[in-house]
Amino acid sequence: MIIETKNLGFGYHKDEFLFRNVNFQVEKGEIYSILGANGAGKSSMMNCLANLLKPVEGEILLKGKELSTCSLSEVAATIGYVPQIHTPAYGYEVRDFVVMGRAPHLGLLEKPSKKDYELVDQVLEEFGIAKLAHRAYTELSGGERQQVTIARAVVQQPDIIILDEPTNHLDYGNQIRMVHFIRQLADRGYGIIITSHMPDHVLLLDGKVGMLCPDGSFQTGNTAEILTEENLRKLYGIDVHMMYVEKLKRNVCIAGERL
Amino acid sequence: MKKAGNKNHHNSILIGLLAGTVLLTIVAVGLGRYFIEPMDVIKILASKIIPMEQTWEPQAESVIFTLRLPRILSALLVGMALALSGASYQGVFKNPLVAPDMLGVSAGACVGASSAILLGMGQNGVQISAFIGGILAVGIATAIPKVIKNNSMMTLVLAGVIVSGLMNSILGLLKYLADPDTELASITHWQLGSLSASVWRDVIYIGPVILLAAAVIILLRWRINILSLGEDEAKTLGTDIRKHRGVIIVCATALTASAVCISGTIGWIGLVIPHLGRMLVGPDNRKLIPVSAVLGAMFLLIIDTVARNITSAELPLSILTGLVGAPFYFYLLFKQRMKLS
Repeated sequence: MIIETKNLGFGYHKDEFLFRNVNFQVEKGEIYSILGANGAGKSSMMNCLANLLKPVEGEILLKGKELSTCSLSEVAATIGYVPQIHTPAYGYEVRDFVVMGRAPHLGLLEKPSKKDYELVDQVLEEFGIAKLAHRAYTELSGGERQQVTIARAVVQQPDIIILDEPTNHLDYGNQIRMVHFIRQLADRGYGIIITSHMPDHVLLLDGKVGMLCPDGSFQTGNTAEILTEENLRKLYGIDVHMMYVEKLKRNVCIAGERL
Repeated sequence: MKKAGNKNHHNSILIGLLAGTVLLTIVAVGLGRYFIEPMDVIKILASKIIPMEQTWEPQAESVIFTLRLPRILSALLVGMALALSGASYQGVFKNPLVAPDMLGVSAGACVGASSAILLGMGQNGVQISAFIGGILAVGIATAIPKVIKNNSMMTLVLAGVIVSGLMNSILGLLKYLADPDTELASITHWQLGSLSASVWRDVIYIGPVILLAAAVIILLRWRINILSLGEDEAKTLGTDIRKHRGVIIVCATALTASAVCISGTIGWIGLVIPHLGRMLVGPDNRKLIPVSAVLGAMFLLIIDTVARNITSAELPLSILTGLVGAPFYFYLLFKQRMKLS
Protein backbone atom coordinates (compact mmCIF):
# COMPACT_ATOMS: atom_id res chain seq x y z
CA MET A 1 0.00 0.00 0.00
CA ILE A 2 1.67 3.22 -1.12
CA ILE A 3 -0.88 5.67 0.14
CA GLU A 4 -3.90 5.14 2.35
CA THR A 5 -6.36 7.51 3.98
CA LYS A 6 -8.20 6.66 7.20
CA ASN A 7 -11.28 8.69 8.09
CA LEU A 8 -9.70 11.71 6.46
CA GLY A 9 -11.55 14.97 7.10
CA PHE A 10 -10.78 18.58 6.28
CA GLY A 11 -12.36 22.00 6.51
CA TYR A 12 -11.10 25.55 6.58
CA HIS A 13 -13.32 26.58 9.49
CA LYS A 14 -13.88 25.02 12.85
CA ASP A 15 -16.63 22.37 12.91
CA GLU A 16 -17.29 22.98 9.23
CA PHE A 17 -16.07 20.07 7.16
CA LEU A 18 -15.60 20.11 3.41
CA PHE A 19 -15.36 16.34 3.56
CA ARG A 20 -15.01 13.64 6.22
CA ASN A 21 -14.68 9.89 6.53
CA VAL A 22 -12.67 9.60 3.35
CA ASN A 23 -11.15 6.14 3.10
CA PHE A 24 -9.25 4.79 0.15
CA GLN A 25 -5.97 3.15 -0.82
CA VAL A 26 -3.85 3.43 -3.91
CA GLU A 27 -1.27 0.85 -5.00
CA LYS A 28 1.49 1.09 -7.56
CA GLY A 29 0.10 0.91 -11.08
CA GLU A 30 -3.42 1.84 -9.96
CA ILE A 31 -5.43 4.85 -11.08
CA TYR A 32 -7.66 6.56 -8.57
CA SER A 33 -9.92 9.26 -10.02
CA ILE A 34 -11.74 11.76 -7.85
CA LEU A 35 -14.91 13.42 -9.11
CA GLY A 36 -16.66 16.27 -7.37
CA ALA A 37 -18.63 19.43 -7.98
CA ASN A 38 -16.99 22.85 -8.00
CA GLY A 39 -16.00 23.86 -4.50
CA ALA A 40 -16.65 20.38 -3.10
CA GLY A 41 -13.06 20.15 -1.88
CA LYS A 42 -11.24 18.10 -4.53
CA SER A 43 -8.23 20.40 -4.62
CA SER A 44 -8.18 20.58 -0.82
CA MET A 45 -8.11 16.79 -0.73
CA MET A 46 -5.23 16.75 -3.23
CA ASN A 47 -3.40 19.31 -1.13
CA CYS A 48 -3.85 17.15 1.97
CA LEU A 49 -2.42 14.16 0.09
CA ALA A 50 0.48 16.27 -1.21
CA ASN A 51 1.28 17.41 2.35
CA LEU A 52 0.38 21.03 1.56
CA LEU A 53 -2.61 21.14 3.92
CA LYS A 54 -2.93 19.48 7.29
CA PRO A 55 -5.97 17.22 7.67
CA VAL A 56 -8.37 18.26 10.43
CA GLU A 57 -9.13 14.67 11.35
CA GLY A 58 -8.12 11.16 10.37
CA GLU A 59 -4.80 10.24 8.88
CA ILE A 60 -2.89 9.71 5.68
CA LEU A 61 -0.43 6.83 5.63
CA LEU A 62 2.49 6.86 3.25
CA LYS A 63 3.87 3.31 2.97
CA GLY A 64 2.33 2.71 6.38
CA LYS A 65 3.87 5.80 7.98
CA GLU A 66 1.79 8.80 9.07
CA LEU A 67 2.36 11.55 6.48
CA SER A 68 2.91 14.35 9.01
CA THR A 69 5.81 12.44 10.58
CA CYS A 70 7.62 12.05 7.24
CA SER A 71 10.33 14.53 6.28
CA LEU A 72 9.67 16.81 3.33
CA SER A 73 12.21 15.08 1.12
CA GLU A 74 10.85 11.66 2.16
CA VAL A 75 7.40 12.76 1.00
CA ALA A 76 8.82 14.24 -2.20
CA ALA A 77 10.66 11.01 -2.97
CA THR A 78 7.36 9.08 -2.77
CA ILE A 79 4.79 11.56 -4.08
CA GLY A 80 5.17 13.61 -7.25
CA TYR A 81 2.70 16.46 -7.48
CA VAL A 82 1.51 18.04 -10.73
CA PRO A 83 -0.36 21.28 -10.01
CA GLN A 84 -2.91 22.84 -12.34
CA ILE A 85 -1.45 24.65 -15.34
CA HIS A 86 -0.12 28.06 -14.42
CA THR A 87 2.41 30.56 -15.69
CA PRO A 88 5.53 30.84 -13.59
CA ALA A 89 7.44 34.11 -13.31
CA TYR A 90 10.58 32.96 -15.12
CA GLY A 91 11.00 31.20 -18.44
CA TYR A 92 13.44 28.47 -17.42
CA GLU A 93 14.64 26.22 -20.20
CA VAL A 94 12.60 22.99 -20.20
CA ARG A 95 15.63 20.85 -19.22
CA ASP A 96 16.44 23.18 -16.33
CA PHE A 97 12.79 23.13 -15.27
CA VAL A 98 12.46 19.34 -15.38
CA VAL A 99 15.75 18.77 -13.53
CA MET A 100 14.24 20.54 -10.52
CA GLY A 101 12.43 17.26 -9.90
CA ARG A 102 15.80 15.94 -8.68
CA ALA A 103 15.72 18.37 -5.72
CA PRO A 104 14.54 15.86 -3.07
CA HIS A 105 17.44 13.55 -4.00
CA LEU A 106 20.14 16.23 -3.77
CA GLY A 107 21.89 17.77 -0.78
CA LEU A 108 21.30 21.38 0.19
CA LEU A 109 24.35 22.75 -1.61
CA GLU A 110 24.37 20.17 -4.40
CA LYS A 111 23.45 21.10 -7.92
CA PRO A 112 22.10 18.66 -10.51
CA SER A 113 24.90 16.63 -12.07
CA LYS A 114 25.39 15.29 -15.57
CA LYS A 115 23.68 12.09 -14.44
CA ASP A 116 20.59 14.03 -13.34
CA TYR A 117 20.45 15.69 -16.75
CA GLU A 118 20.84 12.29 -18.45
CA LEU A 119 17.74 11.13 -16.59
CA VAL A 120 15.92 14.30 -17.69
CA ASP A 121 16.86 13.73 -21.34
CA GLN A 122 15.79 10.10 -21.09
CA VAL A 123 12.35 11.00 -19.69
CA LEU A 124 11.83 13.77 -22.27
CA GLU A 125 12.77 11.21 -24.95
CA GLU A 126 10.31 8.63 -23.59
CA PHE A 127 7.54 11.23 -23.48
CA GLY A 128 8.29 12.17 -27.09
CA ILE A 129 8.97 15.79 -26.13
CA ALA A 130 12.74 15.85 -26.55
CA LYS A 131 12.33 18.61 -29.12
CA LEU A 132 11.11 20.91 -26.34
CA ALA A 133 14.32 20.45 -24.31
CA HIS A 134 15.78 23.89 -24.99
CA ARG A 135 12.56 25.88 -25.21
CA ALA A 136 11.54 28.36 -22.51
CA TYR A 137 8.83 26.85 -20.28
CA THR A 138 6.75 30.02 -20.45
CA GLU A 139 6.57 29.81 -24.25
CA LEU A 140 5.02 26.32 -24.33
CA SER A 141 1.36 25.60 -25.02
CA GLY A 142 -0.87 24.38 -22.20
CA GLY A 143 -0.64 20.73 -23.22
CA GLU A 144 3.15 20.86 -23.56
CA ARG A 145 3.46 22.59 -20.21
CA GLN A 146 1.39 19.89 -18.56
CA GLN A 147 3.57 17.16 -20.10
CA VAL A 148 6.75 18.92 -19.04
CA THR A 149 5.47 19.26 -15.48
CA ILE A 150 4.57 15.56 -15.45
CA ALA A 151 8.09 14.85 -16.73
CA ARG A 152 9.40 16.77 -13.73
CA ALA A 153 7.29 14.59 -11.42
CA VAL A 154 8.64 11.43 -13.13
CA VAL A 155 12.25 12.62 -12.78
CA GLN A 156 11.46 12.89 -9.07
CA GLN A 157 11.17 9.06 -9.21
CA PRO A 158 8.17 8.84 -6.91
CA ASP A 159 5.84 5.86 -6.44
CA ILE A 160 2.73 7.94 -6.82
CA ILE A 161 1.88 10.93 -9.01
CA ILE A 162 -0.93 13.28 -7.99
CA LEU A 163 -2.45 15.34 -10.79
CA ASP A 164 -4.86 18.17 -10.03
CA GLU A 165 -7.25 18.54 -12.98
CA PRO A 166 -4.61 17.81 -15.63
CA THR A 167 -7.09 18.25 -18.49
CA ASN A 168 -8.06 21.77 -17.45
CA HIS A 169 -7.40 24.44 -20.09
CA LEU A 170 -6.58 21.82 -22.73
CA ASP A 171 -8.37 21.59 -26.06
CA TYR A 172 -10.53 18.55 -26.81
CA GLY A 173 -7.79 16.57 -28.59
CA ASN A 174 -5.17 17.32 -25.95
CA GLN A 175 -7.60 16.33 -23.19
CA ILE A 176 -8.01 12.85 -24.65
CA ARG A 177 -4.27 12.59 -25.36
CA MET A 178 -3.59 13.53 -21.73
CA VAL A 179 -5.99 10.82 -20.51
CA HIS A 180 -4.17 8.20 -22.60
CA PHE A 181 -0.87 9.52 -21.38
CA ILE A 182 -1.98 9.11 -17.76
CA ARG A 183 -3.04 5.53 -18.46
CA GLN A 184 0.45 4.84 -19.81
CA LEU A 185 1.97 6.28 -16.65
CA ALA A 186 -0.06 3.80 -14.61
CA ASP A 187 1.02 0.97 -16.93
CA ARG A 188 4.62 1.90 -16.16
CA GLY A 189 3.92 1.25 -12.51
CA TYR A 190 3.15 4.65 -11.04
CA GLY A 191 0.18 4.93 -8.74
CA ILE A 192 -1.97 7.78 -10.04
CA ILE A 193 -4.37 10.03 -8.17
CA ILE A 194 -6.23 12.44 -10.39
CA THR A 195 -9.09 14.90 -10.04
CA SER A 196 -11.40 15.51 -12.96
CA HIS A 197 -14.59 17.27 -13.99
CA MET A 198 -15.23 14.83 -16.83
CA PRO A 199 -16.97 11.54 -16.01
CA ASP A 200 -16.14 10.34 -19.50
CA HIS A 201 -12.42 10.71 -18.82
CA VAL A 202 -12.89 8.66 -15.68
CA LEU A 203 -14.53 5.95 -17.79
CA LEU A 204 -11.55 5.99 -20.13
CA LEU A 205 -9.13 5.71 -17.23
CA ASP A 206 -11.14 2.76 -15.90
CA GLY A 207 -9.56 2.59 -12.46
CA LYS A 208 -10.99 3.12 -9.01
CA VAL A 209 -13.16 6.15 -8.37
CA GLY A 210 -13.91 8.38 -5.42
CA MET A 211 -16.92 10.66 -5.55
CA LEU A 212 -17.05 13.74 -3.36
CA CYS A 213 -20.65 14.91 -2.99
CA PRO A 214 -21.69 18.48 -2.16
CA ASP A 215 -22.94 17.31 1.24
CA GLY A 216 -19.38 16.24 2.12
CA SER A 217 -20.00 12.50 1.89
CA PHE A 218 -17.54 10.35 0.00
CA GLN A 219 -18.16 7.18 -1.98
CA THR A 220 -15.43 4.96 -3.27
CA GLY A 221 -15.32 1.86 -5.45
CA ASN A 222 -14.79 0.56 -8.97
CA THR A 223 -15.77 2.65 -11.97
CA ALA A 224 -18.86 0.56 -12.64
CA GLU A 225 -20.08 0.80 -9.04
CA ILE A 226 -19.63 4.54 -8.67
CA LEU A 227 -20.28 5.96 -12.13
CA THR A 228 -24.01 5.31 -12.25
CA GLU A 229 -26.59 7.65 -13.73
CA GLU A 230 -28.15 8.07 -10.31
CA ASN A 231 -24.90 9.03 -8.60
CA LEU A 232 -23.88 11.45 -11.34
CA ARG A 233 -27.30 13.15 -11.32
CA LYS A 234 -27.01 13.58 -7.59
CA LEU A 235 -23.48 14.92 -7.93
CA TYR A 236 -23.99 17.46 -10.69
CA GLY A 237 -27.70 18.21 -10.33
CA ILE A 238 -28.37 17.65 -14.03
CA ASP A 239 -29.66 14.84 -16.18
CA VAL A 240 -26.82 12.46 -17.00
CA HIS A 241 -26.93 9.37 -19.18
CA MET A 242 -24.62 6.40 -19.39
CA MET A 243 -24.92 4.50 -22.62
CA TYR A 244 -23.11 1.75 -24.40
CA VAL A 245 -21.77 2.79 -27.78
CA GLU A 246 -21.39 -0.16 -30.12
CA LYS A 247 -18.82 1.57 -32.30
CA LEU A 248 -16.51 2.25 -29.35
CA LYS A 249 -17.33 -0.94 -27.48
CA ARG A 250 -17.57 1.00 -24.24
CA ASN A 251 -19.90 3.03 -22.04
CA VAL A 252 -19.96 6.78 -22.55
CA CYS A 253 -21.30 9.45 -20.27
CA ILE A 254 -23.36 12.27 -21.69
CA ALA A 255 -25.40 15.12 -20.19
CA GLY A 256 -29.01 14.79 -21.21
CA GLU A 257 -30.59 18.23 -20.91
CA ARG A 258 -32.90 18.84 -23.86
CA LEU A 259 -32.48 22.19 -25.56
CA MET B 1 25.96 19.94 -29.25
CA LYS B 2 23.70 22.82 -28.40
CA LYS B 3 24.05 22.09 -24.72
CA ALA B 4 27.82 22.37 -24.84
CA GLY B 5 27.48 25.56 -26.83
CA ASN B 6 25.17 27.09 -24.23
CA LYS B 7 27.48 26.22 -21.41
CA ASN B 8 30.51 27.77 -23.09
CA HIS B 9 28.47 30.79 -24.04
CA HIS B 10 27.59 31.47 -20.42
CA ASN B 11 31.12 30.83 -19.16
CA SER B 12 32.67 33.10 -21.76
CA ILE B 13 30.25 35.89 -20.80
CA LEU B 14 31.23 35.53 -17.16
CA ILE B 15 34.95 35.47 -17.95
CA GLY B 16 34.57 38.43 -20.31
CA LEU B 17 32.77 40.42 -17.63
CA LEU B 18 35.40 39.59 -15.02
CA ALA B 19 38.21 40.62 -17.36
CA GLY B 20 36.33 43.81 -18.21
CA THR B 21 35.92 44.62 -14.53
CA VAL B 22 39.64 44.15 -13.88
CA LEU B 23 40.53 46.40 -16.82
CA LEU B 24 38.04 49.05 -15.77
CA THR B 25 39.36 48.92 -12.23
CA ILE B 26 42.89 49.63 -13.45
CA VAL B 27 41.69 52.51 -15.61
CA ALA B 28 39.49 53.88 -12.83
CA VAL B 29 42.36 53.83 -10.34
CA GLY B 30 44.30 56.08 -12.72
CA LEU B 31 41.47 58.49 -13.45
CA GLY B 32 40.95 61.62 -11.39
CA ARG B 33 42.31 65.08 -10.87
CA TYR B 34 45.72 63.48 -10.45
CA PHE B 35 45.98 61.26 -13.55
CA ILE B 36 48.07 58.08 -13.44
CA GLU B 37 48.89 56.00 -16.55
CA PRO B 38 47.33 52.50 -16.50
CA MET B 39 50.81 50.93 -16.85
CA ASP B 40 51.97 52.83 -13.79
CA VAL B 41 48.84 51.72 -11.93
CA ILE B 42 49.67 48.09 -12.69
CA LYS B 43 53.29 48.59 -11.61
CA ILE B 44 52.33 50.36 -8.39
CA LEU B 45 49.79 47.67 -7.49
CA ALA B 46 52.21 44.87 -8.41
CA SER B 47 55.03 46.45 -6.44
CA LYS B 48 53.18 45.55 -3.26
CA ILE B 49 53.59 41.88 -4.09
CA ILE B 50 56.75 41.64 -6.17
CA PRO B 51 59.60 44.02 -5.32
CA MET B 52 60.51 46.29 -8.24
CA GLU B 53 62.34 49.49 -8.98
CA GLN B 54 60.29 52.65 -8.35
CA THR B 55 59.78 54.51 -11.65
CA TRP B 56 56.76 56.56 -10.56
CA GLU B 57 56.23 59.59 -8.40
CA PRO B 58 55.73 58.74 -4.72
CA GLN B 59 52.61 60.93 -4.77
CA ALA B 60 50.95 58.51 -7.20
CA GLU B 61 51.37 55.68 -4.75
CA SER B 62 49.80 57.61 -1.91
CA VAL B 63 46.89 58.78 -4.10
CA ILE B 64 46.19 55.18 -5.08
CA PHE B 65 46.45 53.61 -1.67
CA THR B 66 44.86 56.26 0.52
CA LEU B 67 42.23 57.71 -1.79
CA ARG B 68 41.32 55.72 -4.86
CA LEU B 69 41.72 52.08 -3.95
CA PRO B 70 39.43 52.08 -0.89
CA ARG B 71 36.82 53.99 -2.87
CA ILE B 72 37.03 51.71 -5.89
CA LEU B 73 36.93 48.55 -3.80
CA SER B 74 33.91 50.00 -1.99
CA ALA B 75 32.21 50.67 -5.32
CA LEU B 76 32.85 47.09 -6.44
CA LEU B 77 31.60 45.66 -3.15
CA VAL B 78 28.50 47.85 -2.96
CA GLY B 79 27.58 47.26 -6.62
CA MET B 80 27.98 43.52 -6.24
CA ALA B 81 26.02 43.47 -2.98
CA LEU B 82 23.06 45.44 -4.37
CA ALA B 83 22.84 43.41 -7.58
CA LEU B 84 23.10 40.05 -5.77
CA SER B 85 20.54 41.16 -3.24
CA GLY B 86 18.16 42.22 -6.03
CA ALA B 87 18.58 38.97 -7.97
CA SER B 88 17.94 36.93 -4.82
CA TYR B 89 14.84 38.90 -3.84
CA GLN B 90 13.46 38.66 -7.38
CA GLY B 91 13.97 34.90 -7.33
CA VAL B 92 12.60 34.22 -3.87
CA PHE B 93 9.60 36.51 -4.35
CA LYS B 94 9.08 35.04 -7.84
CA ASN B 95 8.66 38.53 -9.18
CA PRO B 96 11.15 40.22 -11.50
CA LEU B 97 9.85 43.64 -10.45
CA VAL B 98 10.89 43.68 -6.82
CA ALA B 99 13.87 45.65 -5.60
CA PRO B 100 16.00 44.59 -2.63
CA ASP B 101 14.46 47.27 -0.43
CA MET B 102 10.92 45.88 -0.69
CA LEU B 103 10.99 44.66 2.90
CA GLY B 104 11.93 48.10 4.12
CA VAL B 105 15.69 47.69 4.47
CA SER B 106 16.57 50.98 2.75
CA ALA B 107 13.86 52.99 4.48
CA GLY B 108 14.90 51.50 7.83
CA ALA B 109 18.55 52.26 7.15
CA CYS B 110 17.65 55.85 6.28
CA VAL B 111 15.83 56.24 9.59
CA GLY B 112 18.80 54.74 11.42
CA ALA B 113 21.30 57.01 9.69
CA SER B 114 19.16 60.13 10.07
CA SER B 115 18.63 59.50 13.78
CA ALA B 116 22.39 59.18 14.20
CA ILE B 117 22.95 62.41 12.26
CA LEU B 118 20.41 64.25 14.45
CA LEU B 119 22.03 62.85 17.58
CA GLY B 120 25.34 64.22 16.35
CA MET B 121 27.08 60.85 16.10
CA GLY B 122 30.12 60.60 13.85
CA GLN B 123 30.60 58.65 10.63
CA ASN B 124 30.96 55.39 12.55
CA GLY B 125 27.77 55.93 14.50
CA VAL B 126 25.83 56.75 11.33
CA GLN B 127 27.00 53.54 9.65
CA ILE B 128 26.23 51.28 12.57
CA SER B 129 22.89 52.96 13.16
CA ALA B 130 21.99 52.58 9.47
CA PHE B 131 22.81 48.87 9.54
CA ILE B 132 20.74 48.32 12.67
CA GLY B 133 17.85 50.38 11.24
CA GLY B 134 17.82 48.32 8.03
CA ILE B 135 17.91 44.96 9.79
CA LEU B 136 15.29 46.11 12.32
CA ALA B 137 12.89 47.16 9.55
CA VAL B 138 13.18 43.78 7.83
CA GLY B 139 12.86 42.09 11.21
CA ILE B 140 9.52 43.84 11.79
CA ALA B 141 8.37 43.11 8.22
CA THR B 142 9.08 39.39 8.59
CA ALA B 143 7.48 39.29 12.05
CA ILE B 144 4.13 40.62 10.79
CA PRO B 145 3.16 37.41 8.93
CA LYS B 146 3.96 35.45 12.09
CA VAL B 147 1.76 37.70 14.23
CA ILE B 148 -1.23 37.32 11.91
CA LYS B 149 -0.39 33.64 11.38
CA ASN B 150 -0.33 33.80 7.61
CA ASN B 151 2.91 32.77 6.01
CA SER B 152 2.00 33.51 2.42
CA MET B 153 4.24 35.54 0.17
CA MET B 154 1.54 38.17 -0.28
CA THR B 155 1.39 38.85 3.47
CA LEU B 156 5.14 39.32 3.53
CA VAL B 157 5.03 41.75 0.60
CA LEU B 158 2.24 43.74 2.27
CA ALA B 159 4.20 43.71 5.53
CA GLY B 160 7.08 45.28 3.58
CA VAL B 161 4.73 47.99 2.32
CA ILE B 162 3.56 48.68 5.87
CA VAL B 163 7.08 48.89 7.29
CA SER B 164 8.42 51.01 4.41
CA GLY B 165 5.48 53.41 4.79
CA LEU B 166 6.05 53.70 8.51
CA MET B 167 9.79 54.23 8.10
CA ASN B 168 9.26 56.87 5.43
CA SER B 169 6.95 58.77 7.76
CA ILE B 170 9.48 58.64 10.56
CA LEU B 171 12.12 59.78 8.10
CA GLY B 172 9.90 62.70 7.08
CA LEU B 173 9.52 63.67 10.74
CA LEU B 174 13.27 63.49 11.30
CA LYS B 175 13.91 65.68 8.26
CA TYR B 176 11.28 68.13 9.49
CA LEU B 177 13.06 68.34 12.83
CA ALA B 178 16.55 68.58 11.33
CA ASP B 179 18.53 71.80 11.10
CA PRO B 180 18.04 72.70 7.43
CA ASP B 181 21.58 74.01 6.89
CA THR B 182 23.64 71.21 8.34
CA GLU B 183 21.70 68.11 9.39
CA LEU B 184 19.12 68.14 6.63
CA ALA B 185 21.86 68.51 4.06
CA SER B 186 23.73 65.50 5.39
CA ILE B 187 20.55 63.42 5.56
CA THR B 188 19.76 64.28 1.95
CA HIS B 189 23.32 63.63 0.89
CA TRP B 190 23.20 60.27 2.62
CA GLN B 191 19.87 59.38 1.06
CA LEU B 192 21.20 60.01 -2.43
CA GLY B 193 24.23 57.82 -1.91
CA SER B 194 27.91 58.63 -2.25
CA LEU B 195 31.24 56.89 -2.00
CA SER B 196 33.23 60.08 -1.52
CA ALA B 197 33.83 59.30 2.15
CA SER B 198 34.96 55.71 1.61
CA VAL B 199 38.00 54.68 3.59
CA TRP B 200 39.88 51.44 4.19
CA ARG B 201 37.93 50.89 7.39
CA ASP B 202 34.74 50.37 5.33
CA VAL B 203 36.38 47.76 3.14
CA ILE B 204 38.02 45.96 6.05
CA TYR B 205 35.02 45.83 8.38
CA ILE B 206 32.06 45.67 6.01
CA GLY B 207 33.73 43.86 3.10
CA PRO B 208 33.87 40.49 4.89
CA VAL B 209 30.14 40.68 5.77
CA ILE B 210 29.35 41.29 2.11
CA LEU B 211 31.62 38.51 0.91
CA LEU B 212 30.22 36.03 3.42
CA ALA B 213 26.57 36.75 2.55
CA ALA B 214 27.45 36.66 -1.16
CA ALA B 215 29.14 33.28 -0.73
CA VAL B 216 26.05 31.78 0.93
CA ILE B 217 23.80 33.04 -1.84
CA ILE B 218 26.17 31.77 -4.53
CA LEU B 219 26.26 28.35 -2.89
CA LEU B 220 22.45 28.20 -2.63
CA ARG B 221 21.76 29.63 -6.07
CA TRP B 222 20.15 26.51 -7.56
CA ARG B 223 17.72 26.43 -4.63
CA ILE B 224 16.57 29.93 -5.62
CA ASN B 225 15.30 28.38 -8.88
CA ILE B 226 13.12 26.03 -6.87
CA LEU B 227 11.86 28.76 -4.53
CA SER B 228 10.93 30.82 -7.59
CA LEU B 229 8.34 28.17 -8.55
CA GLY B 230 6.19 29.22 -5.61
CA GLU B 231 5.56 27.86 -2.16
CA ASP B 232 3.45 24.82 -2.98
CA GLU B 233 5.59 23.50 -5.80
CA ALA B 234 8.80 24.09 -3.88
CA LYS B 235 7.35 22.18 -0.95
CA THR B 236 6.24 19.23 -3.08
CA LEU B 237 9.80 19.12 -4.41
CA GLY B 238 10.94 18.50 -0.84
CA THR B 239 12.06 22.04 -0.01
CA ASP B 240 11.78 23.42 3.49
CA ILE B 241 10.61 26.77 2.15
CA ARG B 242 10.61 28.71 5.36
CA LYS B 243 14.19 27.73 6.10
CA HIS B 244 15.59 28.22 2.59
CA ARG B 245 13.69 31.42 1.96
CA GLY B 246 14.68 32.64 5.42
CA VAL B 247 18.41 32.07 4.84
CA ILE B 248 18.30 33.80 1.47
CA ILE B 249 16.32 36.78 2.77
CA VAL B 250 18.72 37.15 5.71
CA CYS B 251 21.75 37.11 3.39
CA ALA B 252 20.17 39.43 0.83
CA THR B 253 19.17 41.84 3.61
CA ALA B 254 22.65 41.75 5.10
CA LEU B 255 24.02 42.57 1.64
CA THR B 256 21.79 45.60 1.15
CA ALA B 257 22.23 46.83 4.72
CA SER B 258 26.03 46.53 4.42
CA ALA B 259 26.00 48.34 1.10
CA VAL B 260 23.86 51.12 2.54
CA CYS B 261 26.29 51.39 5.44
CA ILE B 262 29.18 52.15 3.10
CA SER B 263 27.49 54.38 0.56
CA GLY B 264 24.06 55.49 1.74
CA THR B 265 21.10 54.39 -0.34
CA ILE B 266 21.66 53.90 -4.05
CA GLY B 267 18.63 53.19 -6.19
CA TRP B 268 18.09 51.13 -9.34
CA ILE B 269 21.05 48.76 -9.22
CA GLY B 270 19.19 45.96 -7.44
CA LEU B 271 16.28 46.24 -9.85
CA VAL B 272 17.98 46.75 -13.20
CA ILE B 273 21.16 44.68 -13.05
CA PRO B 274 19.42 41.29 -12.60
CA HIS B 275 17.28 42.13 -15.66
CA LEU B 276 20.37 42.84 -17.69
CA GLY B 277 21.83 39.58 -16.43
CA ARG B 278 18.72 37.67 -17.53
CA MET B 279 19.07 39.18 -20.99
CA LEU B 280 22.65 37.92 -21.19
CA VAL B 281 22.40 34.42 -19.69
CA GLY B 282 18.69 33.67 -19.14
CA PRO B 283 16.72 33.23 -15.90
CA ASP B 284 18.58 30.20 -14.47
CA ASN B 285 19.96 31.44 -11.15
CA ARG B 286 22.98 29.14 -11.43
CA LYS B 287 24.18 31.47 -14.19
CA LEU B 288 22.30 34.63 -13.28
CA ILE B 289 23.59 35.02 -9.72
CA PRO B 290 27.34 35.09 -10.56
CA VAL B 291 26.77 37.20 -13.67
CA SER B 292 24.64 39.72 -11.70
CA ALA B 293 27.34 40.01 -9.05
CA VAL B 294 30.01 40.94 -11.61
CA LEU B 295 27.67 43.20 -13.61
CA GLY B 296 26.64 45.08 -10.46
CA ALA B 297 30.26 45.63 -9.41
CA MET B 298 31.18 46.82 -12.88
CA PHE B 299 28.15 49.11 -13.18
CA LEU B 300 28.69 50.94 -9.89
CA LEU B 301 32.41 51.28 -10.62
CA ILE B 302 31.58 53.03 -13.89
CA ILE B 303 28.92 55.22 -12.27
CA ASP B 304 31.17 56.23 -9.39
CA THR B 305 34.10 56.95 -11.70
CA VAL B 306 31.83 59.22 -13.72
CA ALA B 307 30.48 60.82 -10.54
CA ARG B 308 33.91 61.83 -9.30
CA ASN B 309 35.27 62.94 -12.69
CA ILE B 310 32.36 64.69 -14.40
CA THR B 311 32.34 67.80 -12.23
CA SER B 312 34.64 69.20 -9.58
CA ALA B 313 31.80 68.87 -7.08
CA GLU B 314 30.80 65.23 -6.55
CA LEU B 315 27.47 64.14 -7.97
CA PRO B 316 25.36 61.94 -5.65
CA LEU B 317 25.24 58.40 -7.04
CA SER B 318 21.47 57.90 -7.05
CA ILE B 319 21.13 60.82 -9.44
CA LEU B 320 23.35 59.04 -11.94
CA THR B 321 22.00 55.51 -11.37
CA GLY B 322 18.50 56.92 -11.88
CA LEU B 323 19.45 58.84 -15.01
CA VAL B 324 21.10 55.76 -16.46
CA GLY B 325 18.93 53.11 -14.84
CA ALA B 326 15.45 54.41 -15.65
CA PRO B 327 15.90 54.78 -19.43
CA PHE B 328 17.83 51.53 -19.48
CA TYR B 329 14.98 49.78 -17.68
CA PHE B 330 12.60 51.15 -20.28
CA TYR B 331 14.86 49.77 -22.99
CA LEU B 332 14.91 46.34 -21.34
CA LEU B 333 11.14 46.23 -21.02
CA PHE B 334 10.81 47.38 -24.59
CA LYS B 335 13.18 44.67 -25.79
CA GLN B 336 11.46 41.93 -23.84
CA ARG B 337 8.05 43.30 -24.91
CA MET B 338 7.05 42.74 -21.29
CA LYS B 339 6.52 39.03 -20.99
CA LEU B 340 5.61 39.79 -17.40
CA SER B 341 1.86 40.32 -17.98
